[in-house]
Amino acid sequence: MTKKTLILNAMLIDPEADSPAPGALLIEGGRIAQVFDTPMPQVDDADRVDAAGTFVAPGIVDVGVKVGEPGERHKESFKTAGLAAAAGGVTTMVTRPDTTPAIDTPETLEFIRRRANEAAPVNVLPMAALTKGREGKEMTEIGFLMDGGAAAFTDCDRVVEDTKVLSRAMTYARGVGALIMAHPQEPVLSRGAAVTSGKFASLRGLPGVSPMAERMGLDRDIALVEMTGVRYHADQITTTRALPPLERAKANGFDVTAGISMHHLTLNELDVADFRTFFKVKPPLRSEEDRQNVVEAVRSGLIDVIGSFHTPQDEESKRLPYEEAASGAVGLETMLPVLLRLYHSGELSLNVLFRALSANPAKRLGLESGRLAKGAPADLVMFDADKPLILDRFKLRSKSKNTPFDGARLQGKVLGTWVAGTRVFEA
Amino acid sequence: MRFDHRHLLGIAPLRPDEIVTILDLADQYARFNRGRDKHANALAGLTQINMFFENSTRTQASFELAGKRLGADVMNMSLQASSIKKGETLIDTAMTLNAMHPDLLVVRHPHSGAVELLSQKVNCAVLNAGDGRQEHPTQALLDALTIRRAKGRLHRLNIAICGDIAHSRVARSNILLLHKMENRIRLVGPPTLMPSGIQDFGVEVYDTMEEGLRDVDVVMMLRLQKERMDGGFIPSEREYFHRYGLDAEKLSYAKPDAIVMHPGPMNRGVEIDGTLADDINRSVIQDQVEMGVAVRMAAMDLLARNLRARPTEVMA
Repeated sequence: MTKKTLILNAMLIDPEADSPAPGALLIEGGRIAQVFDTPMPQVDDADRVDAAGTFVAPGIVDVGVKVGEPGERHKESFKTAGLAAAAGGVTTMVTRPDTTPAIDTPETLEFIRRRANEAAPVNVLPMAALTKGREGKEMTEIGFLMDGGAAAFTDCDRVVEDTKVLSRAMTYARGVGALIMAHPQEPVLSRGAAVTSGKFASLRGLPGVSPMAERMGLDRDIALVEMTGVRYHADQITTTRALPPLERAKANGFDVTAGISMHHLTLNELDVADFRTFFKVKPPLRSEEDRQNVVEAVRSGLIDVIGSFHTPQDEESKRLPYEEAASGAVGLETMLPVLLRLYHSGELSLNVLFRALSANPAKRLGLESGRLAKGAPADLVMFDADKPLILDRFKLRSKSKNTPFDGARLQGKVLGTWVAGTRVFEA
Repeated sequence: MRFDHRHLLGIAPLRPDEIVTILDLADQYARFNRGRDKHANALAGLTQINMFFENSTRTQASFELAGKRLGADVMNMSLQASSIKKGETLIDTAMTLNAMHPDLLVVRHPHSGAVELLSQKVNCAVLNAGDGRQEHPTQALLDALTIRRAKGRLHRLNIAICGDIAHSRVARSNILLLHKMENRIRLVGPPTLMPSGIQDFGVEVYDTMEEGLRDVDVVMMLRLQKERMDGGFIPSEREYFHRYGLDAEKLSYAKPDAIVMHPGPMNRGVEIDGTLADDINRSVIQDQVEMGVAVRMAAMDLLARNLRARPTEVMA
């Protein structure tokens, strides 16, 4: 007899619905066996978890997580990343191939899958490099890698500069039905930039890149999508100017989606202040006007996916002059409480948030999760949206502590995380 | 007279009265430097280290002379070659030096914000001798002193800063200082050499020298920072000189008694005509060099007073 668990007295966030509703969930055999629209249903012989009126939502599918294996295990291992994910309500980590060496052969991919299964308490879905060594010269063995379980193909923050190479890789990828994730950025214009150009960059004397470089990169990629018919996902769309081309591409029926990082939704360029390198991310933080516009694009559904772009960096890589410092911030564990700022400020509803955090990325990757429906995998997060906390970076489970939200006052706490019906985190 | 700072990292943290304090003291040192006996002991017993992560002859010599005239033990370190290549980080270098107990650390670094970062890790007073494209406070102070001595005041002047604004930390510090002292600032140069968002700095921006220099009291030329450029910002040096190089004709748009300044080293025939640079009736370029030593003496003297006022760390 399989064990049953009943999560009762919850406010259920169904991403398909407009607002949270009281209800309960029955979990059996790793899946959601039944969704109740009453908070206290009568179910015999089930373990009971009382949500006490807090929210229960489909677990987060975080696209673009960097784990330091192989090569930089001192920054993050599958174990520490997995623990951080569980504590943050992330039930699936879709990992990046920008490791050392890059995940660009079926053999390295196999290594990742084995390590992930041994060490991480959450689902790990690895992505593979689009070109060998992420050098932008030759495509990887896209077919073999797909057979080996690669969720998508990306060179991460390295833009494939050679348009011919990219068009061939896209054409080949279309043939095997692969999804490509690109970093839209005009590579030459953005070379050497540390911040977004403008008054702040000039005041601090830092080399800046025009926000237009993102639109130029996206314009090129969309033209290639039109040419090749590939399934395309832009990893981060962070500027106002890039939104109209994205909207046009979708209206024209191209298979195009877009993501954004938690940081670009909640911070702006001024947060860098006196050269705070923990705020150095790629692409750089934008103006407040851009931030507001991309939040609106998430609300309207133009931007489909929100991710943490979890990028562990040790202190040595960050305690440098701003231009020399490494980019990236950790976010697995902090993403939900940080994004709840947008809920508390009235900018985004919880259902919109979980559409972008769970439902849309799962759909895009062809996963069964991301839903609160009978038969869906029981990947769940339970959280209190109001509980106040002051973030202490040294308490994070990640090996690296590079969060821009150290000392930030946040509201929201993850109380429990389930992966395939097994509780992997309890606050 | 108040000057409540532990470091001199930029013009941005200074109040107008603090700027006046430095300039007044620098005036005294300028007089002192013209005397035969040029030795004082304001810095006696203190150790001054000049750490230059970027090539410099003039600024380093000026700081060295300023320290020596005030009785400090001065050491010069050029770091672009040694430890940086060995992979030592800026913080490591700072910690190493800190263990040698310097009192004054004069730092130049090619990256914006690097001097501030270093100042957070050491116990001594840090003077910014130029960081990336951000600030070069002693240059702005010496320019201010030169203007005050030539014009008799440092407020309500029309001042044009011309040329390569984008790559210039001198321009940024000068804009900040001259703004704090309530002057009208114009920036003149080709749009490729203007930083983005500059119109929000409370300055007027001009594309041509004819309009930009009309009726100004001070013409401040900047060096074309060829080493900081990563590509073609101007079509050629001769076209640049034709359109933006300061010569007698362009200077005629300014007030008849306008002074000409340049932070040096000059590219003669590129941003400034050689004859004009040497014209003692208009050019105050040599005064700037002279005031440089005086201003640096004043700044180090003030920082040393604050240093001595703090309780000494007990020697073990």
